[in-house]
Amino acid sequence: MTEINKCETCPVHNLGNLKRLGINMEQFDYVVALAGNPNTGKSTVFNNLTGLRQHTGNWPGKTVTRAEGGFSYNDKKYKLIDLPGTYSLLSTSVDEEIARDFILFGQPDVTVIVVDATRLERNLNLVLQVLEITDRAVVCLNLIDEAKRHNLTIDERTLARELGIPVVPTAARQGEGIQELVRNISEVASGNIKCKPHRITSSSREVKNAVEKLSENIAEEFPGLPNTRWVALRLLEGDQKIVDAVKNGEINSLIQNQNVSNNVMSEF
Amino acid sequence: MFNHQTNKRENIISLANTLRVKVGSNLHDTLMESIYRDAEIIASRSVALKGEKSRFNFDRTLDKIVTSRLLGFPLMFLLLAIVFWITISGANVPSEFIASILIDKLHPILKEFAVSINSPNWLSGVLLDGAYLSMAWVVSVMLPPMAIFFPMFTLLEDFGYLPRVAFNFDNLYRKAGAHGKQALTMTMGFGCNAAGIVATRIIDSPRERLIAIITNNFSLCNGRWPTQILIATIFIGGAVPSYLAGIASAGAVVFIAVLGIFLSLVLSWVLSRTVLRGQASAFSLELPPYRPPRILHTLYTSLIDRTVFVLWRAIVFAIPAGIVIWLVANINIDELSLAEHFINWSNPLGILIGLNGVILLAYIIAIPANEIVVPTVLMLTVLTTKLSGIGAGVGVMFELDSVADTAQILQAGGWTLLTGINLMLFSLIHNPCSTTIYTIYKETGSVKWSMVSTFLPIVMGFAICFFVAQIWRLIAS
Repeated sequence: MTEINKCETCPVHNLGNLKRLGINMEQFDYVVALAGNPNTGKSTVFNNLTGLRQHTGNWPGKTVTRAEGGFSYNDKKYKLIDLPGTYSLLSTSVDEEIARDFILFGQPDVTVIVVDATRLERNLNLVLQVLEITDRAVVCLNLIDEAKRHNLTIDERTLARELGIPVVPTAARQGEGIQELVRNISEVASGNIKCKPHRITSSSREVKNAVEKLSENIAEEFPGLPNTRWVALRLLEGDQKIVDAVKNGEINSLIQNQNVSNNVMSEF
Repeated sequence: MFNHQTNKRENIISLANTLRVKVGSNLHDTLMESIYRDAEIIASRSVALKGEKSRFNFDRTLDKIVTSRLLGFPLMFLLLAIVFWITISGANVPSEFIASILIDKLHPILKEFAVSINSPNWLSGVLLDGAYLSMAWVVSVMLPPMAIFFPMFTLLEDFGYLPRVAFNFDNLYRKAGAHGKQALTMTMGFGCNAAGIVATRIIDSPRERLIAIITNNFSLCNGRWPTQILIATIFIGGAVPSYLAGIASAGAVVFIAVLGIFLSLVLSWVLSRTVLRGQASAFSLELPPYRPPRILHTLYTSLIDRTVFVLWRAIVFAIPAGIVIWLVANINIDELSLAEHFINWSNPLGILIGLNGVILLAYIIAIPANEIVVPTVLMLTVLTTKLSGIGAGVGVMFELDSVADTAQILQAGGWTLLTGINLMLFSLIHNPCSTTIYTIYKETGSVKWSMVSTFLPIVMGFAICFFVAQIWRLIAS
């Protein structure tokens, strides 16, 4: 009997445990957001994980609504949100705002950033911006098969070390690497993997000082806020939405949401 | 307590404002620079290139051809023509097969069954001759072309051709004062206008999005292809020597499709210079790499997601429409049915614009779904000309066995080549179907713009048909 139990606790055994739940997700333990540049295969990854058939196509901007689905892995249920593809989280188009607001106010337990392995440098711009907001993220290094065809080799371990978060190479169209991706999502969600995300270093000392001073004040007023540095930066830039969120205290929901997800966890 | 909190927050904001002045106005640029610099460093540390970037060169060469000034459009029209030609020629056989089962075999069996259980005449009329037959017609006419067209379209989409189409059209739409992405939503409209209108969400500017929504109707949708094909085969194909019939009728359909694109450009131009004035906004369109399409996967998803979805919608709308047709053809006032009253009343207007009262009534009944226009026209023609020995009685929607039979009926109803041409034009330029109108309302949230999108094309259709009719008659006489 003990032999069987040992087997069940082994991660290799559990790799086969991905259950696609489609849209059945009344109760879930974790919320996972899917972000990424347009046309990197987010919807394909989404379909792979949930078993849903979101329309996929080889053109940017195809996902216009926020799609939701679910999957379960190792007795935990995950709700997955497919965000519209964006090149950045800084400028002010509608889809960028949807994506940013969700990562910020929706407080996903894990944010999966799908990147195009053949265009890594440009995709990293978004990754770095997401890492400014949240520190629980996984990079899904997608289209790795295409990168190989282009004679590109990507050292995912170096990349993971530089970014401070797990990096999983995938070829989602072929379903390769999805199991490994799920395992990393669950490890980050449960806290087994602690991320130490890369933070953008500003070259200007004035900016550094200003951010530090401002984020101290913010931390004092909103104790427990996880990303004071980012909020400080947005205030410095005069982002009206964040200014309002600080004024009316909506920014507090960032802290409360975390507690909610902790409660859900303790129920199981 | 509350005041204290508010004060503290106000302090943070004002501190931010003071610091912002100190930091200087180029904070945004500095940040972006830092992000780009870090991204570059990280990428250079983890990416290695071995040998040549061969595939990139292939992509680039292909892009130079399909988006070239000289070849871009001809190649696109050629591709379009091939897709339509395969659809038209491939759909015939399965269409006839399904029709022979659902209409020739199953319908009489159902009728006999109705008689055997003593069901009243009006009930079997409404249910079997109205609802069932209209549904059967929609299935047999729509399913085969959709099952061929959608997978081919999806394969092109999967391969990465759509962004190139948008790239080609971008310049034209920008000159028309609209958004380049309208080219994408227009292409989606070729499948279904309602889907095309949902797709306009990719356009950020409300002004340009409205233009895209209003003009999407000029993308000939799937429900209208069968009408175009049938009428072109009868009247255009019939007007030329038989060895040219196929090419001439296919050419006529492509002409109508291109006319639709042209009209959407013209209307965009007019709208952006009158009621929806403004600058065309720039956008970056990434030409994604070509990817080998996954053929089996594409076949599966396009069949399940698109074909079955659109077909289901058509059936849902065709059933009540079939009931309505049967009723207006069978409820009599003063010896004449409702349908005949309307046709007699509207005939002068119809003739004036080169159509007739039957077509006008058919378009009113077919508001829910464009695909039932032709069977409605045929049924109403038989009814008003009192042809005997065809079909299965008053108010029965039917499919004739051959194109020649259909031509015979239409000629008996007084149709000419002009009627055929104008019907093709009117089929392109008239109000969107009710699903599309509802989608427009949902997307814009505005009754006004839904009305504009509905009535503007009707007015344009009447005007264009009127002019064509006048010129035609001038030349003929």
